[in-house]
Amino acid sequence: MDDLRRTEALLSQQQTKISARNVQVWYGDTHAIKDVSVEIADKTTTAFIGPSGCGKSTFLRCINRMNDTIPAARIEGDIEIDGEDIYDRRVDPVRLRAKVGMVFQKPNPFPKSIYDNVAYGPRIHGLARGRAELDAIVEKALRRAALWNEVKDRLTAPGTGLSGGQQQRLCIARAVATEPEVLLMDEPCSALDPIATAQVEELIDELRQNYSVVIVTHSMQQAARVSQKTAFFHLGHLVEFGDTATIFTNPEDSRTESYISGRIG
Amino acid sequence: MSALVIVLIVCAIAAAGFVLGRARALASAGGDIRGLHSLPSYYGLNVALAALLPALLLLALWSIAQPLLVERSVAAMLPDGVDSALVMSDVRRVADGLALAVAQGALSPQEVAALDADATDLRATLGDVGVALGSAVTPEILDAARTHRAMSATGDLWRAIVVIAAALAGTAVGWSVTNSALRARNLVERVALALLAFAASVAILTTLGIVLSLIFNTLEFFRLYPASEFFLGTTWSPSFGGGSELGILPLLWGTLYISFIALLVAVPIGLFAAIYLSEYASPGVRGIVKPLLEMLAGIPTIVYGLFALLTVGPLLVELFGNGGPLGLGWMDGGTAVMTAGLVMGIMLIPFVSSLSDDIINAVPQALRDGSLGLGATRSETVRQVILPAALPGIVGAVLLAASRAIGETMIVVLGAGAAARLSMNPFDAMTTVTAKIVSQLTGDADFSSPEALVAFALGMTLFVITLVLNVFALWIVRTYREQYD
Amino acid sequence: MSDAIAPTPPARAVSLHATDARTRRRNAAEKRFKAYGLTAIGIGLAFLAALLFAIVSNGSAAFTQTFVEVPITLDAEEIAAAESSIVKTSKYREIIHGALLEQLADAGIETDMDAAELGKILSSSEAAEMRDFALANPERMGETVRFDFLASSRVDGYLKGRVTRDALARDQNLDAAHLDLVDRLAEQGIVVKRFNWDFILGADASDQRPEQAGIGVAMLGSFFMMLVVLALALPIGVAASIYLEEFAPKNRITDFIEVNISNLAAVPSIVFGILGLAVFIQFAGLPQSAPLVGGLVLTLMTLPTIIISTRAALAAVPPSIRAAALGVGASKMQSVFHHVLPLAMPGILTGTIIGLAQALGETAPLLLIGMVGFIASNYPDGVVSGFTDPNSAMPAQIYEWAKRADPAFYERAWGGIIILLLFLMTMNFIAILLRRRFERRW
Repeated sequence: MDDLRRTEALLSQQQTKISARNVQVWYGDTHAIKDVSVEIADKTTTAFIGPSGCGKSTFLRCINRMNDTIPAARIEGDIEIDGEDIYDRRVDPVRLRAKVGMVFQKPNPFPKSIYDNVAYGPRIHGLARGRAELDAIVEKALRRAALWNEVKDRLTAPGTGLSGGQQQRLCIARAVATEPEVLLMDEPCSALDPIATAQVEELIDELRQNYSVVIVTHSMQQAARVSQKTAFFHLGHLVEFGDTATIFTNPEDSRTESYISGRIG
Repeated sequence: MSALVIVLIVCAIAAAGFVLGRARALASAGGDIRGLHSLPSYYGLNVALAALLPALLLLALWSIAQPLLVERSVAAMLPDGVDSALVMSDVRRVADGLALAVAQGALSPQEVAALDADATDLRATLGDVGVALGSAVTPEILDAARTHRAMSATGDLWRAIVVIAAALAGTAVGWSVTNSALRARNLVERVALALLAFAASVAILTTLGIVLSLIFNTLEFFRLYPASEFFLGTTWSPSFGGGSELGILPLLWGTLYISFIALLVAVPIGLFAAIYLSEYASPGVRGIVKPLLEMLAGIPTIVYGLFALLTVGPLLVELFGNGGPLGLGWMDGGTAVMTAGLVMGIMLIPFVSSLSDDIINAVPQALRDGSLGLGATRSETVRQVILPAALPGIVGAVLLAASRAIGETMIVVLGAGAAARLSMNPFDAMTTVTAKIVSQLTGDADFSSPEALVAFALGMTLFVITLVLNVFALWIVRTYREQYD
Repeated sequence: MSDAIAPTPPARAVSLHATDARTRRRNAAEKRFKAYGLTAIGIGLAFLAALLFAIVSNGSAAFTQTFVEVPITLDAEEIAAAESSIVKTSKYREIIHGALLEQLADAGIETDMDAAELGKILSSSEAAEMRDFALANPERMGETVRFDFLASSRVDGYLKGRVTRDALARDQNLDAAHLDLVDRLAEQGIVVKRFNWDFILGADASDQRPEQAGIGVAMLGSFFMMLVVLALALPIGVAASIYLEEFAPKNRITDFIEVNISNLAAVPSIVFGILGLAVFIQFAGLPQSAPLVGGLVLTLMTLPTIIISTRAALAAVPPSIRAAALGVGASKMQSVFHHVLPLAMPGILTGTIIGLAQALGETAPLLLIGMVGFIASNYPDGVVSGFTDPNSAMPAQIYEWAKRADPAFYERAWGGIIILLLFLMTMNFIAILLRRRFERRW
């Protein structure tokens, strides 16, 4: 199984999707991200691991400029997606976020129907030219999130009425409905039970075939299960970045080893 | 002996009881406080409470019961067929006047007994001691008043004796049960808890007082004036000579029209201000603008009333009146539905904005992140996610504002005019339920006439409308809050 | 996961750096929306500015008043003659007007008006003022005393720019000739404008003499009412809050009390006026127009505010404090009174001050219990009569002035509002200071 994954990773590794160089982030006076450079490949799942407060979520939120919504945050350095600087003045964060979708730690379905939740993105971005097209997009997104069979008879029911795992898959469907190229996931399973977690993890592996998936997780087992590449963050530094197998079996940095063996974090 | 003096005497007895009880407890433990169940002052308090509570309770009951009993027996003396409520109030005034005259030395008790209504000008005598009488005193009333005074005096004497005796008896009982094993603290704390609970029930007593005073007087009004004409009449023209038409509809119409205009001003401004402050403004701007807007809420309504009467009204007349720059000629006088509505709207802006602000802030940040993360702009997030989520709360806030507008008095008294009419023109002067309550109860009206009693029926209507709105709005807001707690 | 299989989405080859029409439209909508918000705030602040401007520009004039200085030689015989006449003040008036005419002559101002006509520039309170002085100071007979008489409200208004010459054309009392004279007198320093303590400290006057009206007595009325509110609402409110927050069992009755309190907070104030009229005055027979009754009504109105803020303050004290007190063997009652209550005190006081400020500005219920009208024309004799004698309150006095026909009273009303707002601002400022000073983070 591991060999198979590694081959797959190598196959798709050629193409770099996101490339970050010397990224620094401050929240007010706090230096949250210190000089991070990383290249994230297309059609790969990349996991960010590290102890809490190490900056992995902060860095994730830089990739779709969600940090812009926090007044005190200040960002330096370059992040490019497909060779285009996303912090360029000409870039509209609204369009960037359509291209770089995001799934959050806690399932956050809107207090609307399941259908309207999924249709929200396509509607605001004008992706459908009619009701039929929108229906098709919603169905496709729900199928891709492995939720269609469970909800197809109650699309008008409120999204908040679903179970936790279903809610999170609804949020994933909502994110993929806008046809993003990158999917950012911020601890997507931390609020879920083991069964729901397994479902979402399986889903992530499916999604990797179409998207570049970046997942922040505090569970090393999860990182090992779903990712091909792993980045270890510690106190705002990117300590080590490489193939998941290498990081977990043969880390170069002693801090990585301490974290993986449970001595810190 | 007046009630105040009795209270002071009872307090003195209780203070003495405190000292005695404390001393007895200490003595029973041989002067060593470690031998006591409670601290010594609890034993003192226990005795003091035993003196105070029964005595004061007795005093209160007696003071309520005595006038009722006296008046019943005096009323039996009066000839039948007279308006007993009116005559009784005369009797009461004369009796009070006589008591006052004796107290001030203008009349001696013997002179009172010998008074003759036909011979002496009692009205002038009582006027000198400060009791003004409406009409001359008839012999029947004077007789009744004399009896009234005599019975009251006897009753007052017995009241003093009984109450003071109760205080002494309480002290004695409290003192005699005091010994080192008595759980004085538990007793005192039980009484304290009862007092706290009583304080909490003042809210219920207040509501009860409001409801009873409204109901009794409203029923009295409906005895004199048919309820159907009150609720369905379209003319409001009270005349104190009789033959009034007291239909509430024109007043309700004025109230609702003014409230509607006020909400038309306050809701969009307040809501947009709240949205800007909670979704766009930097903390610095928010820290300045929010208190400034809330200043509008701290300004007393009399100020808004004056602003309507003297500033906004004339300004509107200049704009919309005859010879204005717009040449419309819509407005004749400064007081109008528009004037009052506009100013009331200003008053309600902070009310709507701070309630909406709370409600919008209660929408979880996760929903905002979810929407922004999908590439929605802030305004799309507000319109399509936050407002729908906050809608119930905002509806509740608007209903609370509406209830505030309907019950507002000073702005409409000064700004809306006095004419009760059913008109669609917002530049006409109209009047409201609250304004008419004020005008019907502040004249020299006789409180038993339908023209004065109608104010209670108006108050009842107002109370019911605002109560329903409040209960409904508070229920909505509470259910909404629980959703995100 | 069989249904999750889907073809690779076609990569959209649109550069992030290019803008498209839809995004431009959406951003324009965003800008518009933001502008609505800013406009709303702008309108709100503009209203506030207009309100404050109206208050200050109209009201500041009330704090100065025009006086006419007239030296009068007190003649014992003249005064004795005046005292023996039937309408005493008219004799005094003649003396004053004569003295004023003399002063004009001394100052070299020519006029063809007779003394009585000239006297119209003075307030009609002048005779009483002189009489009071003459009777109170018999030892100064024969001296020449300089009196500062109030000018009539028209003259005062003319010097303040409120009354124009055109407006006087229809006035029966004064005409242009008077105003010419006033101009000359003002040049000579005989007619002067000064700060008017009598407005702040004085009593209300009849509706013929706006120049004499002051808000001082109504201020005392408000003060006595606030004493009643403080003495009743604070202990009852705190006791009720302690019961509800610390002792009340969770049952239907407690729920009912809580719903009751939140509803009482939203009952229109005029309804409390009706309650006061029906219960305190008609049923309990308490005196009408008395600050005591006003205070009782305002107490009932303020209680919900105080209870709500006190409960918040009590709830903010962490349970660990209660546990610590109980742990050393204190009873529940002792833990509350010795530990929780003192810690919650700053919050309770802040809430009480804000409740008092609300009560101070309340008008409508006071109108129903008769705290209106001329009744604020005498100072109370003492503390007891301060509570029980008929009086007005500041906002009710302002309302009374706003209703009077003479526009000269409007200036008084605005001036009264300045004083009222100064009180309210001071109270709120104290509340903010208290909160800052004692703010505690657990």
